[in-house]
Amino acid sequence: MATHQHPVVYLRPSGRFTRLNLRDVWEYRDLLYFLVWRDIKVRYKQTVLGAAWAILQPLLTMVAFSIFFGHLAKMPSDGIPYPLFAYAALLPWTLFAYSMTEAGNSLVGSQNLITKVYFPRLVIPLAAVLGGLVDFGVSFVVLILLMIGYGIVPTLAILTIPFFILLVIATALAVGVWLAALNVQFRDVRYTIPFLTQFWLFLTPVAYSSTMVSPRWRVVYGLNPMAGVVEGFRWALLGRKEAPGPMLAVSIAIVALLLVTGLYHFRRMESSFADNI
Amino acid sequence: MSDLAIRLEGIGKSYRLGSINDADPRIRYGSLRESLAGAVRGLFRGRPPGDATAADRRFWALKDVSFEVRHGEIIGVIGSNGAGKSTLLKLISRITEPTEGLGEIHGRIGSLLEVGTGFHPELTGRENIFLNGTILGMKHAEVLRKFDEIVAFAEIEKFLDTPVKRYSSGMFVRLAFAVAVHLEPEILVVDEVLAVGDAEFQRKCLEKLRTIGGDGRTILLVSHNMAAIRSICQRGIVLDRGRLVAEGDVNTIADQYLAGALKSKVGGRVIETEVFVVDDVRIHSLDGPVVKTFDPVEILVDVTAKRDIKDPGVHIGILSADQHRLAGLDSKDFTTFPPLRSGEKTTMGFRIDSFPFLPGTWYMEVRLGEMAEFAFELAGDPVRFDVVETPVYGGRQMTNLHGQVGLTARAIGGTPV
Repeated sequence: MATHQHPVVYLRPSGRFTRLNLRDVWEYRDLLYFLVWRDIKVRYKQTVLGAAWAILQPLLTMVAFSIFFGHLAKMPSDGIPYPLFAYAALLPWTLFAYSMTEAGNSLVGSQNLITKVYFPRLVIPLAAVLGGLVDFGVSFVVLILLMIGYGIVPTLAILTIPFFILLVIATALAVGVWLAALNVQFRDVRYTIPFLTQFWLFLTPVAYSSTMVSPRWRVVYGLNPMAGVVEGFRWALLGRKEAPGPMLAVSIAIVALLLVTGLYHFRRMESSFADNI
Repeated sequence: MSDLAIRLEGIGKSYRLGSINDADPRIRYGSLRESLAGAVRGLFRGRPPGDATAADRRFWALKDVSFEVRHGEIIGVIGSNGAGKSTLLKLISRITEPTEGLGEIHGRIGSLLEVGTGFHPELTGRENIFLNGTILGMKHAEVLRKFDEIVAFAEIEKFLDTPVKRYSSGMFVRLAFAVAVHLEPEILVVDEVLAVGDAEFQRKCLEKLRTIGGDGRTILLVSHNMAAIRSICQRGIVLDRGRLVAEGDVNTIADQYLAGALKSKVGGRVIETEVFVVDDVRIHSLDGPVVKTFDPVEILVDVTAKRDIKDPGVHIGILSADQHRLAGLDSKDFTTFPPLRSGEKTTMGFRIDSFPFLPGTWYMEVRLGEMAEFAFELAGDPVRFDVVETPVYGGRQMTNLHGQVGLTARAIGGTPV
């Protein structure tokens, strides 16, 4: 066996600078696939309702929102029936909240793997985020039924839906990798996540419309990336008058920033995960 | 060199010691509060937030380790608990990175540090084969190709579609090991996995490892089972408290290690009782450098008297690995030792004509006392020693059915009447 056939790996203390090296993650795509598959397979085993949970969660929240915000508080909903208005936003929000939570706790939950096998650790939060997509798909079907029920015909804007789904995933991953890496070092993060999710929901136009925010401040409002994402979803699905342009642009920029810094931070901490977890 | 597989140069790995009462230095739960508090304290004391004293509170799991392994070699890594064996394997497997030094790994590496890593109890045997295979670094296609072979090796055909949580522990281990040995890396790193499973399955695993080695692949093996190391490996390295202390032919190295490991038990620690300082606790066989079952064995305690002692006495207890007392010897039952003056040294102990304990790990518990005052005092923690892996009753490998203590016996009867 000649050396030139063997890939060479160097062991050395990592310096200050890290490369993202995403090709490494691509090499392990089979593992990514099986981790996602495992999570999905295991999630609803030994539950009575099984995959119905995926539908129930956003559906019941939608009913509660419709009663309290739509019916009692008479919250304006941009001329869309309130239940549909809320559900179209709950869809990406549920995906985001679920994926972010799972990703944030993913490394700590995979302690046994991290201390016993080598692979790019990024696969773990990535799998956690992607695992939310199946539930999303199921509840999306419910949305289509609702739209038919309310007789809403989508505009051409619906073609942008894949982009917005990608944006939710990117947002969840960006926040998720930050939380996951911090969680290894500071277990406080685990207790922060539920609070963060709850707080974030109030800051996001799920129960209300972003038009309630004055146009001057709407761009600043976009600093909450989920604001742009949620309004983007509503626009794409329900065909509101105008696309959420500047606000969305700010949201995308914030997501990109969070994602790049998050990935770098993750990579930098990666080598010490096995020691600190 | 063209056939280099692994080269390490001055590799060291240190862990920061956590809070003071932290028993395991490797576990460091940070909390944000601690870090913030530390940073604030640092500010007020004019010290950088990193805290300069952290450097002194480091524990070196490995220090200055250098060696080379060529392709096709099977290397045994020998050392007592805490010598750094597992850390070394983790570094080579890239699970953790060195604090200092450099290493080169030529070729795809597969590590088997634990049997059944990533198995999910809710999934079936079939599903776990795929999951575990990819976790260990195989491609999906590779697992598919070897699927039948894995199932046959594990002997679980009938239970392929049963969740593994319903498997017996034997079946679980067989399946887990089967997946792992069908990895085909150029370099295989194996930690102590041979300790699991029944004797028959262990034999099968050893056979498999030998075949893998025969294919020209490189294996790094850690095991407490010296017989296994001797039978598979050609070369060995010995680690002691994080340093590489010996390297060479596996049999020579293993003998040296075993002899050395038994020489001194106290190892630099100062153990004192009310009236004695314990200088050393020794156990050795009169038949050779290592202790074997049925050997004539001496257990000796070297002491210095801290004051005048009228009637010195010693008590040795033999404990099993789970700290059950199996035997106890009291010097009072055999003799009276002469009185000692303050500062005088002596050696007290016992000779056991035929040491009955079977191969494995045992502990000695030492008690010393001034018998004129009827007081035995425990001298330090129980001291570990090993009885070496040898055929006790003339050949077969020992199993659980042999128990813990050997009996000199012969079979009688059986003649039809």
